Amino acid sequence: MSLLDLLIVLPILAAVVMAFGLPARPAALAAACANLAIGLLLAFRFDYGNATAFQFAALRPVLDNPAIGLNVGIDGMSLVMVLLTVLVTFAAIWIRPARGSDDALYYASSLLIAAGAAGAFVSTDLLFFYAFHELALIPTFLMIGMRGTGNSKDAAWKITIYLGLGSLLLLAGLAFLITAPAGGVSTFDMTKLGALTRTIEGPVQERIYLVLLLGFGTLVSLFPFHSWAAPAYASAPAPVTMLHAGVLKKFGLYGLLRVAIPMLPLGHSAEWIQHLLIVLLVGNILFVGLVTIAQKEVDTMLGNSSVMHMGYIFLGIASGSAIGYSGAVLLMFAHGVSIALLFALSASIRENTGTLQFHRLGGLAQSAPFLGLAFGMAAFASIGLPGFANFAAEINIFFSGFASKSPDHFGWLQTGTVLALWGVVISAVYMLRAFRAVFKGPLPDSLKSPVSDLSPSERIPALLLLAALLLTGFAPNLLLRAVNPVVQAITAAAAR
Amino acid sequence: MPAYYLEIALVVLGLVLLLAETFTPAGSKRLVGLAALAAVTVVFLLLLAVKPHGLSTDGIWRFYSDDKLALFYKGLALLCTAGVLILSLDYAPVLARFSARAGGGPAIGEFYCLPLFVCTGMMWMASAIDLSTIFLSLELTTIGFYILVAYMRRNVGSLEAGVKYLILGALSTGFLVYGFTWLYGVTGQVTLSGIANALPSAPKEPALFAFALILVALSFKVAAVPFHLWVPDVYQGAPTPVTAFLSVGSKAAGFAVAGRLLEPFLAADQLRGTTTALLMAVAAATLVLGNLAAIPQSNFKRLLGYSSIAHAGFLLLALGANTAVGSLSPRMIVAYYLAGYLFMSLTAFAVLVVINRTDGTDDFKAFNGLHQRSPFLAFAITVAAASLAGVPLTAGFTGKFLAFSAAAGAHQWALLAIAAAAASAGFYYYFKVLRHVFWNRPAEGAAPITVPPLTRLLVVALITCTFAAGILFQPFVNLLR
Repeated sequence: MSLLDLLIVLPILAAVVMAFGLPARPAALAAACANLAIGLLLAFRFDYGNATAFQFAALRPVLDNPAIGLNVGIDGMSLVMVLLTVLVTFAAIWIRPARGSDDALYYASSLLIAAGAAGAFVSTDLLFFYAFHELALIPTFLMIGMRGTGNSKDAAWKITIYLGLGSLLLLAGLAFLITAPAGGVSTFDMTKLGALTRTIEGPVQERIYLVLLLGFGTLVSLFPFHSWAAPAYASAPAPVTMLHAGVLKKFGLYGLLRVAIPMLPLGHSAEWIQHLLIVLLVGNILFVGLVTIAQKEVDTMLGNSSVMHMGYIFLGIASGSAIGYSGAVLLMFAHGVSIALLFALSASIRENTGTLQFHRLGGLAQSAPFLGLAFGMAAFASIGLPGFANFAAEINIFFSGFASKSPDHFGWLQTGTVLALWGVVISAVYMLRAFRAVFKGPLPDSLKSPVSDLSPSERIPALLLLAALLLTGFAPNLLLRAVNPVVQAITAAAAR
Repeated sequence: MPAYYLEIALVVLGLVLLLAETFTPAGSKRLVGLAALAAVTVVFLLLLAVKPHGLSTDGIWRFYSDDKLALFYKGLALLCTAGVLILSLDYAPVLARFSARAGGGPAIGEFYCLPLFVCTGMMWMASAIDLSTIFLSLELTTIGFYILVAYMRRNVGSLEAGVKYLILGALSTGFLVYGFTWLYGVTGQVTLSGIANALPSAPKEPALFAFALILVALSFKVAAVPFHLWVPDVYQGAPTPVTAFLSVGSKAAGFAVAGRLLEPFLAADQLRGTTTALLMAVAAATLVLGNLAAIPQSNFKRLLGYSSIAHAGFLLLALGANTAVGSLSPRMIVAYYLAGYLFMSLTAFAVLVVINRTDGTDDFKAFNGLHQRSPFLAFAITVAAASLAGVPLTAGFTGKFLAFSAAAGAHQWALLAIAAAAASAGFYYYFKVLRHVFWNRPAEGAAPITVPPLTRLLVVALITCTFAAGILFQPFVNLLR
């Protein structure tokens, strides 16, 4: 039994005891706190000198031939994802449900999503890596339909069918991947499989990579497969949105870095795939960015902005360089924390005022200064202001566009990077406009009664997430010392 | 103990039971059901005591096999029968209402005895390796079903289902026998091993003709295109436990036979190209039709009918790919898939029976707000729907994943794309049920539902197995290999 097992087992256990009638909120909080503690313990006990190896590993074979095992282990990159998971889970469980009683189904669903995300990030077996991610599918569907706001039924169907299709595409891609090596299917262990798949011929690698890219891409809301994300995030209950936008969506990006790129280096570096990826990610940044500016409500604005920011992470991945990859991993963490915070705060705005429409909001900072401050800082983080982790990550990504080639080279990647830089301006426009519309100016007539600020207990998750953003913003090396060896190993192996 | 003692024991127990039923007072027919359940349990325990006979091919072993797959399918048939008997006990009130004799009381005693004979047929099908035993066991199963499907004689739906099943069943039998005669004609053999030896050098076109005829006939048994038309109507009309029996037991036995019967055709070099293409075409048509037609359904029983067609498509995909995944041969993948299908499908039917006996309808509306009326049933149907749709960590996913891998290993890209699209349609129509269970409120005055203890035990066991087969593969694979 490894510590990592507890990350998966505790939330599921809490969900089970709720079904037998134990009080839901205390059980959920206990599991979330325990997981946070385990996450921090893992970070302290992690051997950073040996970050490329899977640590805290446990191997539990469930089938001999083909070799499948319920294997867990974390290297530097998974450690960062685990930290993200436990942080956001804690915040998502802590915030009070907006309406209805805090019933068992509500907390059980959030916990199952969290357990699935943790399971996917710590699995070192391809089958369970995929399987754990899908654990979130049904809880998400149920929660959006039962507890969502606005046009939640349509949003629930949309996210379920899109993600179902995306994961089946991914499944087909993984089936290609495991059957492609000579000698047929033999193992699902990622390390062993990686050695086998490198021998696949170039053109075959490209085809498999394309399927994986589209499959993972759909799960990450890669343009033009992004239209499920914004409506679902806008209408889902806050914990589901926080976990999904903050943590679960990173599964696709993590999968590219963990599976697709190291196992299919020729596929990733193929020129036409590079060009395709750059065109799509610029679509994420510019097209979705402009769509975001046009939004009239806080929740759809945040939903679209989270889709847009995926473009930067894809840019880091497309660069094919270690600095780009590490920027991508750091941005996964930073974006996950900042978007979870923004969604948590927007949920409490909705609860206090009954609306999230810009034209019916204003001046909230007068009576709710802490809410305004926290939202403002999270918005700055999201734009990418220095001091927040997002800045450290984005600067790495933008550098990576020019890092690998001579200074006078100007190709697709460099063009994409220059276009992507405009995304920072777009982010600033929509975030600052939203901040002004909600927190500044006069109170609208509909909101004459003063809006209450966050209570001390409600401030805890916000302070925790802000602290994480600032800490890793001022000292990104806290995370990068774990990530850098891993991404350098990926690029070094690709160069061989 | 040789394996064929099991079938003998079951037939004898069935006959004794049928005799005892005559002397059972009308009010205590439930005892007959419990006795039938006990009989099936005893035979299942005997199954554990079976010793393989070795390599001899003399005497009965010329047309009867006791290899691991055969024993596995026998186990499935017995488990399925036990489940169906438990569901029948719950279904008795509905059955009594529609099976009354003219001027007499209800006649439900035989309903508990007949499944034993059907089960015998299915167990023999798993072992049949000779054209004559294949035909006999198939007919034993099918004739039992003719009676069971039309059992509710005061119900128009059940009678209609009975007639449809009878006519199409007879037609498919005709195809099968015709196919067998051609097969015998080109090979001069009646045992499958003899046919496998003779087929590679047999004349090609007549052999393909025999293959096509047999494929058409088997598609009736396994609910695949082009003989799928009976499925939705018969499933909807038949008594629900019989529908479960048809959907799980009959399909499993059908695939046990199909695996053996089609193997020589897929192994012969001169036939492989065409036979694989034909199987793949049938698989593709079944996948598309089953999944697309399921989308607009609003009756859960009918939906399960289309779902049964859809699953036949995935099973044919694995069979037709004819490629091993690691140490798992296509026939083992099919057996694994069918075991998972038994767990998840029986769970769904159990929930349906309990709801039907409370509300008297199989419509989606009966599921409204189920999570408030019975959280246990809501959980059960969630697990069943997730597994049927192929959500990971459940048995349904494992089967689907193995079938996908086999198709990828055989480089069947186009078919894989169709299968992925079909499976994603599955997410829609299975989750449609969950929508009623969780999103909607219960109807006015809908009472909480109580689940009978025996059924509760069955459902808990099935759910446990659904997860077990989705996470721990080795114990199940050991039974196959």
